[in-house]
Amino acid sequence: MSLLEVKNLSVDFDTHDGVVRAVNELNFSVDAGQTLGIVGESGSGKSQSVFSIMGLLAKNGHARGSVKFDGNEILNLPEKELNHIRAEQIAMIFQDPMTSLNPYMKVEKQLMEVLIKHKGSSKEEAYAQSLQMLDAVKIPEAKKRMNMYPHEFSGGMRQRLMIAMSLLCRPKLLIADEPTTALDVTVQAQILQLMHELKNDFNTAIILITHDLGVVAGLCDNVMVMYAGQTMEYGSVENIFYEPAHPYTTSLLKSIPKLTENIEILETIPGNPPNILNLPIGCPFEERCYAAMTECKLSRPDLVNFENSRQRACYFEKVRYE
Amino acid sequence: MSEIILKVENLKVQFNIKSNKHLFDFGYDKLKAVDDISFEIKQGETLGIVGESGCGKSTLARAIIDLVPTTSGKIFFEGKNLTNISKEEKWLLKKDMQMIFQDPLASLDPRMNVGDIIAEPLLSFFPKMNKKQRKEKVLQTMTKVGLLPNVINRYPHEFSGGQCQRIGIARALITEPKLIICDEPVSALDVSIQAQVTNLLMELQKEMNLTLIFISHDLSVVKHISHKILVIYLGNFVEMAEKNELFNNPLHPYNKALISAVPVADPKREKNKKIDFLDGDLPSPINPPSGCVFRTRCPKVIDKCSISKPEITTINDKHTLSCFNF
Repeated sequence: MSLLEVKNLSVDFDTHDGVVRAVNELNFSVDAGQTLGIVGESGSGKSQSVFSIMGLLAKNGHARGSVKFDGNEILNLPEKELNHIRAEQIAMIFQDPMTSLNPYMKVEKQLMEVLIKHKGSSKEEAYAQSLQMLDAVKIPEAKKRMNMYPHEFSGGMRQRLMIAMSLLCRPKLLIADEPTTALDVTVQAQILQLMHELKNDFNTAIILITHDLGVVAGLCDNVMVMYAGQTMEYGSVENIFYEPAHPYTTSLLKSIPKLTENIEILETIPGNPPNILNLPIGCPFEERCYAAMTECKLSRPDLVNFENSRQRACYFEKVRYE
Repeated sequence: MSEIILKVENLKVQFNIKSNKHLFDFGYDKLKAVDDISFEIKQGETLGIVGESGCGKSTLARAIIDLVPTTSGKIFFEGKNLTNISKEEKWLLKKDMQMIFQDPLASLDPRMNVGDIIAEPLLSFFPKMNKKQRKEKVLQTMTKVGLLPNVINRYPHEFSGGQCQRIGIARALITEPKLIICDEPVSALDVSIQAQVTNLLMELQKEMNLTLIFISHDLSVVKHISHKILVIYLGNFVEMAEKNELFNNPLHPYNKALISAVPVADPKREKNKKIDFLDGDLPSPINPPSGCVFRTRCPKVIDKCSISKPEITTINDKHTLSCFNF
């Protein structure tokens, strides 16, 4: 049994312009110690899908489907029960570490609070464990740092702090929403290295949301490629990068410049992502796809299994693309 | 051999920052945003400038185009020293130097329609042009950057990020400049749109023989678009070389660390690579380390580094470096 099993997850938002389907019939699972990467452009629904799992949707959002964590249904649970799962079982780190920390609270208090609330630890225990965790995420002079406010930390340090805080209760699953997007490359490398070690040391499962394909390549075991709220392709990281089976994945990989090769002209994906308020009846990528056919306009291709545990949603017969 | 269009010599930009050490401290500290940077660019070339946030790459660009005052040093544009010519002369030269900004939406006036935004430089630099000529020129430029003529009366909020960036590029191009400074022009865009804008800039460069200064923190994009790349750290010159030379044969420890940290979209390579991690954090530019500013984090630091700043040494005709170890 997988640690997290998501079945037919959809997220709708009521807006002034009608109902927006941000996430459409998502299916995926994550095993303990595994890392799943969710890749997609802005507005592809990658963040909203995990927000719905964590019960963090905006007031006008509704999630449907099934999310099983350790065999128990957790989607749309009441706040009280969800609070036990959040932090204790599933933790989340966000893109901007400054806005996710309380600027008025000293770091020690923010860290200890987690343990006191969730685990019922005593103050002394909580302090010792917090200090230990700061050491684990390699914050130098942890003791001194405990007594500081978040603004006294640099960007990379704050992200470490967030990671430390999210790991205090030893969650089984860590959801990281663009954890390194706001950071410089040298700092990004440190944070990714840290996440790698956590995965190995604590056997934590990770869901990594990012638009940076390089980050996915380094950290993930499996990758889900999303476009306009739907899964386009799902497979192991090697499959996705070396043998992409969906025209969107292929185009995406070709449109990024690579440090290792010199390319004259980048291949581009023409046009813009579709407006999710007004999605076509057919495949949402049809307009921009190089392999589009008439049937793509008429109906949406289903996500089908092929080879061993790979999935894709495309009518184009050939699975491999040059 | 094309000629040198822009030459920067020992450029320094400093800001005065209130020191606020105690309640009645009204003194100022000096923040050295750009410290002694020199380089030159040939016409039709692209110089990439890379560095981490806060290293002064934007300030350097802004100083060249006169958006921030320089403290000392010289900037030669087509042989004219921009730091000691009259305001009028400088104003005329600005027609030849334009800038594209990072945030595509924020750099466009939300109350002006696309036609007016793109035409605005014409009003300032060619006041004698009549309305019809202006519109013609605007439409011509819009076609060049891939905007349809029928969007001329729309407002910025109606466009996507990529389209807004095209509007920004059209506005920069309309005066037919020789040099365009692009400050993180693709950082705010989605991957698929990034490639469109990057290609557009490269096409326009070929077509109009433009010289570009391309600032970005994304090394892959910089490598793709540039001919030559300058790496800066804490406002200081680190290394400058032809792009392949810089990536295949990085010499400065900082540059090595920077290049090794860039994630590549190749799982096998990425899982087996060795990264040179840097210790510690970026020092404050208000109180930078003595000597070489990188010495506090440098794995190869020697005694000499804290005493004096390394000179800029020429390794070969396409590679210069500021480090004592070579």
